[in-house]
Amino acid sequence: MPKIDTPDGPVWQRRTTMKQRLIWFVWLIALCIAAYAWHLISEKTIWMFVWDAPRQMVDISTRMVPPSWSYMDVLWKPIWDTINIATIGSMIAMAIAIPVAFAAAHNTTPHKAVRAVALFIIVSTRSINSLVWAVLLVVVVGPGVLAGTLAIGIRSIGGCAKLLYEGIEEINQTQVEAIEATGASPAQKMIYGILPQVLPTFAGVGIFRWDVNVRGSTILGIVGAGGIGVQLNGSINTLAWTQVSMILLVILAAVILSEWLSAKVRHAII
Amino acid sequence: MSQTTPTYPQTWKKPPFIKSPLLRWGLILVTAIYVATAIGTMDINWNRVWEGLPRGQKLLAAFFPPNFADSRGVIVDGILESIWMAIIATIGGIILSVPVGLGAARNLSPRWVYLFCRFIVASSRTFPEVIVAIFAVKFFGFGPFAGFVALSIGTVGFFAKLLAEDIENMNRSQAEAVRSTGSSWFQWINYAIQPQVMPRMIGLSLYRLDINFRESAVVGIVGAGGIGAHLLTSISRYEYDTTAAILIVIIAIVITLEYTSGYLRKWVQ
Repeated sequence: MPKIDTPDGPVWQRRTTMKQRLIWFVWLIALCIAAYAWHLISEKTIWMFVWDAPRQMVDISTRMVPPSWSYMDVLWKPIWDTINIATIGSMIAMAIAIPVAFAAAHNTTPHKAVRAVALFIIVSTRSINSLVWAVLLVVVVGPGVLAGTLAIGIRSIGGCAKLLYEGIEEINQTQVEAIEATGASPAQKMIYGILPQVLPTFAGVGIFRWDVNVRGSTILGIVGAGGIGVQLNGSINTLAWTQVSMILLVILAAVILSEWLSAKVRHAII
Repeated sequence: MSQTTPTYPQTWKKPPFIKSPLLRWGLILVTAIYVATAIGTMDINWNRVWEGLPRGQKLLAAFFPPNFADSRGVIVDGILESIWMAIIATIGGIILSVPVGLGAARNLSPRWVYLFCRFIVASSRTFPEVIVAIFAVKFFGFGPFAGFVALSIGTVGFFAKLLAEDIENMNRSQAEAVRSTGSSWFQWINYAIQPQVMPRMIGLSLYRLDINFRESAVVGIVGAGGIGAHLLTSISRYEYDTTAAILIVIIAIVITLEYTSGYLRKWVQ
């Protein structure tokens, strides 16, 4: 803690003057960036619409109640599809992500070049949102659940593999060495030394990703890739607000349920 | 006195991941039945998929070489809009989440405030940003303002929750020490709570900026500004070389942001 000598005696400060100035400077830059960003955004905004928003909100929310309970009959199939997109998508992703993760982890990769390829797969699949994958896949395999499932699957390869390979890199190397010392083959080393250490992580990552994917698969229908988003989009476009509120309630229930379930299962595993 | 040599087992099998055989086989069976039903009810139009495969090939071929030149102005414009939207939404979201986060910390607020703030957090966390963006577009009109609102709401759910959890896990003795000096409530927050949570919060805000940029690239698909709209347009116009260019730019920015934010977070903490 720096001490400053003044005529009235020493005064203690938390930071040196230099450091204090530096912190103020960083805040100043942040403020300038914020002001500039706000300026750019507000330039592209039609403020008349924004001022009108509270009225719109009241209007639409009054039109939303009561939710159209009878619409639920139509929604059972889409919600089943949505859950399936998330589950099957996560399974596909895990099946591909596990070998990719072993190729990407420092301690299990067969070669540096393989590691580079694996890291490229992880980064490129992860950086593109599943909605964008869905747009592309709808062009290829046609609108429907398959496009959604593949989109969720591809996006999740990177998402899972990143967590998996970090888990693999954190294993206890002495156990692997002990197995190696018995004269084990690489395959045996994998089965008896590495896998038992990482299986709980794998299960945890899979469940976690499933939970994320349930949320993600509710919106894929907006671009025609199946699931409850198709109904949501249709109801919004036809201004059927009571149906919209019903769909939102269903999504709310699905998301809360999946979060609860995944928390339970992860708690049981770890 | 005869000594019996105990017979040791000569082979060893590693214990299974799930110990109870009933549960293990039950789980496998249930999973198999579920997968079969799920795929069975998917109604996939295999003819369409079959037709699509050559199309997929063409699409991939059309990706190369990526065409940055033809709609350069539009791409640069859209990307910049996404970036600014992400920045302002992160800042706006954090400003909104500080009071909500303080309210949602159990050791700080009275019960009714706590429950109310938890409700805000839970409801803004539930819906994906894109759904919120659809409604924001309905309310505020097309453009980046709607995206800003949607991403800010998402940020509140994320940031306020973590802030509240961090405050709940803080060191109580420091808070008590400041309290015992006779500080006001604001002084208490400022001198006892804020220094404890600040480093982690700076890290989290950088992380959230990263997430917000990724999301800002897609909210444009529903009309909420940013590069997403141009991406969709380029696909529906069959200008796949432009699509590839946009995707490459998005990937490049996401990677840069991720590494920078990771590096800065290490540096701050």
